[in-house]
Amino acid sequence: MSYVKALKCRECGQEYEKVAKYVCEFCFGPLEAAYDYDKIKKDISREKIAARPLNIWRYRELLPVEGTNYNTLEEGYTPLIKADRLGKELGLKNLYVKNDCANPTHSFKDRVVAVASTRALELGFDTLSCASTGNLANAVAAYGARGGMKRYVFIPSNLEKGKVIASLIYDPKLIGVNGNYDDVNRLCSEIAGKYKWAFVNINMRPYYAEGSKTLGFETAEQLGWKAPDQVVVPMASGSLLTKIWKGTQEFIKVGLIADKKMRMFGAQATGCSPITTAYKAKTDTFRPVKPNTIAKSLAIGNPADGYYALKTINESNGGAEMASDEEIVEGIKLLARTEGIFAETAGGVTVACLKKLAESGALDPDAVTVAYITGTGLKTQEAVADHLNQVQVIQPNLEAFEATQLTAVS
Amino acid sequence: MAVKVLIPTPLRNLTNNQAEVSAEGNSISEIIDNLSKNHNGLRDRLVDENGKVRRFVNVYLNEEDIRFLQGEGTAVKAGDTISIVPAIAGGK
Repeated sequence: MSYVKALKCRECGQEYEKVAKYVCEFCFGPLEAAYDYDKIKKDISREKIAARPLNIWRYRELLPVEGTNYNTLEEGYTPLIKADRLGKELGLKNLYVKNDCANPTHSFKDRVVAVASTRALELGFDTLSCASTGNLANAVAAYGARGGMKRYVFIPSNLEKGKVIASLIYDPKLIGVNGNYDDVNRLCSEIAGKYKWAFVNINMRPYYAEGSKTLGFETAEQLGWKAPDQVVVPMASGSLLTKIWKGTQEFIKVGLIADKKMRMFGAQATGCSPITTAYKAKTDTFRPVKPNTIAKSLAIGNPADGYYALKTINESNGGAEMASDEEIVEGIKLLARTEGIFAETAGGVTVACLKKLAESGALDPDAVTVAYITGTGLKTQEAVADHLNQVQVIQPNLEAFEATQLTAVS
Repeated sequence: MAVKVLIPTPLRNLTNNQAEVSAEGNSISEIIDNLSKNHNGLRDRLVDENGKVRRFVNVYLNEEDIRFLQGEGTAVKAGDTISIVPAIAGGK
């Protein structure tokens, strides 16, 4: 049974049936799942959630699917780690890292694709598809396989090799498009108009995007049913930031946690920072950019949810920062060195921006702070390969070892 | 001058389900104005009361976002293709 009443336009409020539709026919505004919160409030409780399996479906009342036949690989409920060593380096006394590398295909995209593919199967689709910067491609290829679906995955042709292999292994039709993500997206929206496929981030978007709320739910549950004071989230389209906010607000609305003014901070790469740029310029008009950054999973020059992300940042009294390629690499290394987590480039952006926000005083050093690491560094090894210490090769004897170590020490 | 205009699914109820229509004009804004002659109501879906392309609509001239060109004033010539694409989320 579903608690979703309809799909509803975020701009004009027009309602639609719960089908594969993503844009309002009247004003082109994005459609979003509208829930019966009163009913959810009656039916949901901390105890009920706590008794369920440790995956995203423990929050099923607040997810937009009808049944309980989930297309799942046990995604979600990833570790929330108290990051004291990183916090000490940055001067943050209550820092946590939400490590979403610990998902089945090693990024937060498993959350959104689990929801989108489950709903796609409910609606009778036999083909799962997406336009992707890499992580989403991996998740669609894997979850499509898990659900017994055909898979068409579209990526920019210049993607990191690790992300390409991590899609190909699931045997989808993988199409590399000559162009950047925005070009892939435009092509896919034309394809989606013609073929009857479930494009997770196009016609399934109202369902897909809701999966990201689970990051907000889990954070609150893992903090002992409390929202954090301030969070730092990587931004490409801006969707993740708005959904972590929405998830937390929903938890408040249905009475699972107390009301709190959580501050939202967004992180972008300098080479693709339309949202941060608009924030700093105090405008709500976005100028699309041609991305030029090693953080390819954030390289969306035309942010579809940028307007809402900016609004959320401003309304929550948060902020936004950006990080250069060099700072991104340093961010990845800093997180790995202090906390033992190997993040992808987007995680480097988050950590680098976290550092800047801490240094500038934008973040309260005493407040409970959560930084979101959304994908693993194993997929983007090229980004750091040339910036690491080299292997010390020695002969297999004790003298050689000690000679090397003495050299290294001196 | 006639150009080809690609119509996205949500607007095809205004074009008799045609995915592609032809329109006359020398600039993007003229094309958008003229679209409504044959397809009643189409213009109002695409631009606001000031003639600006709506926030959630992207317009491309031969695969280039018009915001990288001269916006609504961008000149068009015979044989060009204009794509109208709703904004799409992805990445983070």
